[in-house]
Amino acid sequence: MNLFKFSSPQTFYSLAGKLAPAFGVIAAVLAAIGLYISFFVAPTDAVQGEVYRIIFIHVPAAWMSMVIYLAMAFWSAIGLGLGTRVSFYMSKALAPTGALFCFLALWTGALWGRPTWGTYWAWDARMTSQLLLLFLYFGHIALTNAIEDARRADKAGAIIALVGAVNIPVIYFSVKWWNTLHQGSSINLTKISVVNTMLIGMLIMALAAWAYSIAVALVRVRSIILERERRTEWAGVEIAAQGGRA
Amino acid sequence: MSKAFIAVLRRDLLLAWRSRADLLVALSFFVVVASLFPFGVGSDPDQLRAIGPGVVWVAALLATLLALPRMFSQDFDSGVLEQLLLSQEPPVVWVSAKIAAHWLSTGLPLVVVSPLLALMYGLKPSAIEVLALALLIGTPILSLIGAIGAALTLGLRGAGSLLALLVLPLMVPVLIFGAGSVDAWASGIGLRAHLLLMGGGLFAALALAPFASAAALRITMD
Repeated sequence: MNLFKFSSPQTFYSLAGKLAPAFGVIAAVLAAIGLYISFFVAPTDAVQGEVYRIIFIHVPAAWMSMVIYLAMAFWSAIGLGLGTRVSFYMSKALAPTGALFCFLALWTGALWGRPTWGTYWAWDARMTSQLLLLFLYFGHIALTNAIEDARRADKAGAIIALVGAVNIPVIYFSVKWWNTLHQGSSINLTKISVVNTMLIGMLIMALAAWAYSIAVALVRVRSIILERERRTEWAGVEIAAQGGRA
Repeated sequence: MSKAFIAVLRRDLLLAWRSRADLLVALSFFVVVASLFPFGVGSDPDQLRAIGPGVVWVAALLATLLALPRMFSQDFDSGVLEQLLLSQEPPVVWVSAKIAAHWLSTGLPLVVVSPLLALMYGLKPSAIEVLALALLIGTPILSLIGAIGAALTLGLRGAGSLLALLVLPLMVPVLIFGAGSVDAWASGIGLRAHLLLMGGGLFAALALAPFASAAALRITMD
């Protein structure tokens, strides 16, 4: 199969149109299962009580916010390297979802921190680097929106995404050095400190977050493609068809 | 290649010298911002001594930010940048020269003035030396990272605040180790680790930032 076939905006537009609803359904089903496990199956935590259930939103959101930034950097690199427009569109389509998850992770973290640590906010390594990640998202979105020439906006956004991606580990480790209060990661490959049902619930929620992000990004990329390609014939036909329906 | 570097460096330094009033504005900004903090947090000498290094660093960060748009904007307006891009010299060479000139004309004066501010905050003479040394290593990193942002926001409306949003999060590690070095020294842990990390950061930035800035300028002028 020739993957480059999908670098054409038109083919990718129809592919995204087919995939987006599928991922949307997957996200809904997984979220339903995940939330059921989170609220009814997973046992109450011995130390934290019921409040720990925020973990089922908090951890997937934090994972997603980092994964999406890496995905943006990946598409940016592809776009700059191969000159494929659709890659830039993907990068741009991912940014708002990444910022959303980043904000969600901070917000749920504050709500979790209040009953367990006794404070909404602490200048701790993970929280601070998450906050800086949110600023990186804001910077990316602001820059791509401030540049009127669409091609320059694409490439400028790609450069700042790559620069940010190089900096994220540096920021993370420097902030970690600076201060650490956040509980150690509950999950790592060598030892797992949460019970199995919790882990399964969290993983299902994480997969739901993945599916949701993909679905939303694909829907968003479709509108970006239509906006950018509006002068081409096929896009004009598509826009006219959608306008007639609305 | 080194000829082009030196030519651009000399030209930019000369231009900076001829408009030295602008440079003094950035320098005064540095001093004024740093002098504001005691009015906000009170004049308790112990407290001031504790926050001194951090305040000087944040003020240096902001002063660098204020001076950043100057790095490319005049040449952008006058068309020099376009000519430089058309020339056969690799953009990395003259971009590096421009960054170097920018640091020499805006970053270095901050380093020179910083002991004065540190004195006002009641830092010990040896702590002042540490602070100045940290600034000497750290401010070039700020100029290098800032150059990428300055190139990306060239000619945009509201470029100044956008530039701040883009580059300030990236500068946080420099701030942490720069201000942290004074604390580390004062607490007896020693400077080595902080300065080595900052030195490493400087070399990494030296190796990467000019390429990123050159790529950004190409995109901007395309």
